[in-house]
Amino acid sequence: MIKFLKFTWLYVLISTVVIGSGLYSIVRYGFTYSIDFVGGSDVEYQLDKKTDLKKIVEIIKNNKIETSQIKLEKNNLFFKTKPLDEKQEAKLRSALETNLKIKIKSLRFETVGPVIGRETMQKTLIASFLATLGILIYMSFAFKGLNFALAAILAMIHDFLVVIGTYSIFSHFFGAEIDTMFVTAVLTTMSFSVHDTIIIFDKIREYLKNEGRGDITHYANRALTETMVRSLNNSMTIMFMLLSLTLLGGISIRFFVATLLVGTITGTYSSPFIATPILVWLEGSKKNS
Amino acid sequence: MKIKHMVYGVLFVVLVWICLPENIPVHFKVQKSKIDFTINPLGINTSLFGVPIKKEFKTKLGLDLKGGSHLVFETDTSKVKPADLQDSLLSARDIIEKRVNFFGVSEPVVQTIKSGNTYRITVDLPGIEDVSQAIELIGTTAQLRFMEEGQVDPKIATTTPIINRLTKYTGLGGKDIKKASVTFDSQNGQPQVALQFTPEGAKLFGDVTGRNVGKPVGIFLDYFPLSAPTVQQKITEGNAVITGNFTVEQAKSLSISINSGALPLPIRLVEQRNIGPSLGALEVKKSLIAGVLGLSMVLLFMMIYYGKLGVIASMALIIYGLITFAIFRAIPVVLTLPGVAGFILSIGMAVDSNILIFERIKEEMRKGKNFSVAVRLGFGRAIDAIKDANITTLTVAFILFNPMNWEFLPQFGMVRGFALTLAIGVGTSLFTGVVITRRLIGAFYKEKIRNK
Repeated sequence: MIKFLKFTWLYVLISTVVIGSGLYSIVRYGFTYSIDFVGGSDVEYQLDKKTDLKKIVEIIKNNKIETSQIKLEKNNLFFKTKPLDEKQEAKLRSALETNLKIKIKSLRFETVGPVIGRETMQKTLIASFLATLGILIYMSFAFKGLNFALAAILAMIHDFLVVIGTYSIFSHFFGAEIDTMFVTAVLTTMSFSVHDTIIIFDKIREYLKNEGRGDITHYANRALTETMVRSLNNSMTIMFMLLSLTLLGGISIRFFVATLLVGTITGTYSSPFIATPILVWLEGSKKNS
Repeated sequence: MKIKHMVYGVLFVVLVWICLPENIPVHFKVQKSKIDFTINPLGINTSLFGVPIKKEFKTKLGLDLKGGSHLVFETDTSKVKPADLQDSLLSARDIIEKRVNFFGVSEPVVQTIKSGNTYRITVDLPGIEDVSQAIELIGTTAQLRFMEEGQVDPKIATTTPIINRLTKYTGLGGKDIKKASVTFDSQNGQPQVALQFTPEGAKLFGDVTGRNVGKPVGIFLDYFPLSAPTVQQKITEGNAVITGNFTVEQAKSLSISINSGALPLPIRLVEQRNIGPSLGALEVKKSLIAGVLGLSMVLLFMMIYYGKLGVIASMALIIYGLITFAIFRAIPVVLTLPGVAGFILSIGMAVDSNILIFERIKEEMRKGKNFSVAVRLGFGRAIDAIKDANITTLTVAFILFNPMNWEFLPQFGMVRGFALTLAIGVGTSLFTGVVITRRLIGAFYKEKIRNK
């Protein structure tokens, strides 16, 4: 048996560093929100030949359209603007076509009003809150005690912080945006995190049942030793899947899959190294009082 | 025993059949006979006890994968009485649906969504490229028009249907109508829509009917013919009725849209998402290849690490994938990118169930139990953890899916698509992880004994 819990200070340190740098990035750089949440237009064109970005920018400016971001990758042009309607977009497209003598294929044109964005955010938050409450109730019931549920949820919040912090760094350095896909990835991470924690807690519950109330630290160490292989194997399989999707999958899901990858890693890490120490601590303080 | 195996075999074949890819042409030569056909998934088109059954098992892709337009209109309900609100919303939805159908889009989806005090109408148009035309068509005010016969060559006139000959706008339209209401035909009790004209309208109507005695005059809404009665005599009282095979509901919605001269509610476009079809197709292809590669690595890993048990797990996993995919096709679930994510997560959880069981079996074997006892105990021990972990995930999926369509929870497609595939995937993995893996282990193990 390996005494994993002897190194709790190390786990706390690692998590503090990761979450700390994430939070620092959030405070310092903030996030780039997609039009899903703040409203605006996203346009993606495919041009049929090489074109100078400067000329494109000029023409867009002449059409009195304000772009907040513009990118030309190979022959694909991306830009973000304040909300456009389909007539303005068509006008701009034909202006570009005639002035630059190119043919444009519109790959994507999305416009979201600002009100809808705010609502989406609110509703998702409410849903996540209710889901957390559901987990709390079910786990308190299944494990006959609030401590297991609390520990699992605190670990889940830990993972949530890791994921949003990391995403802020992605956001700053690679231009990832907070969109509905990101929200989905966060939700996935949260359910995965609890799933993983339950597997370990199940072991501890079994010892408590079979061997009676004993030293919780001892039980926890035993449970961790016995589940470590499964935790590693399991997250390894998910990571295979996600790594292949990150490296080879479509561009539009790249950040999404990368977020899931971070979520899987932190979800696997937090179950033994965050949730379990918290559970031991909670159970221990219960005994002392 | 043999019958049982055959049943399993047949079930497996049906499963694979349902999951076959669509429209893959196959050409090859066997000796001299040419084989030339197209692979397609199972489709049922038959009748059972006189009830026709038609079911096609095909993948439905969401707009983000297939390309198309998603439009959200916000309605202005300030001028509608609360009592009429539901009626006018539904009739606005029906009218939009009709207009969209007119545009010739396959499988459009038009829905109303309530959010706080605002009501929205969402329109999904798969595979459409020129969206501005569609938006215009949806947003136009519904126009009631009275049409008369235009200048037509008398020779053609006898061969073309009446409706197509009514090409000339009489100048009489929605603006000339004071009120439309539902009445019932005094003779056959059929619902009809009675029109009451404004004074100018009455005069115009008199002129129109006067010059068209014995000829048809068509009543059109948004270029859809409603009816084309033949004028019997000049009408000067300023009243007219539109007959047709209306139900009471249809007559009601028609009168509502005539009264408002437009959609029963003013609408405003607040969101539009247009995805070109090529973008989606490329993304799907890339992600599919990546997914298959990832999955093969998972299977390989399981086989290397767990040996024979890993082979069994891989088989269980493939069956799991087939069942889940078949369910997606059967319901059918509209697959979007988040939906695919939910599916991937559930595959991960299904693998996890297997790993859990195997680790438990190994544990029991380390304690010195023989294989068959270890399998039995291992399953028993693992099932608690699997059950609790999966029920928690199902709870989360249930809340995110928002089955009661509560307005304070997400009502939009993305999160819901994720929750639905996750729930189906996890539900299925509870079944395959426990039932199928166990059966497979049982089957292989028995053969092992026999061989000895």
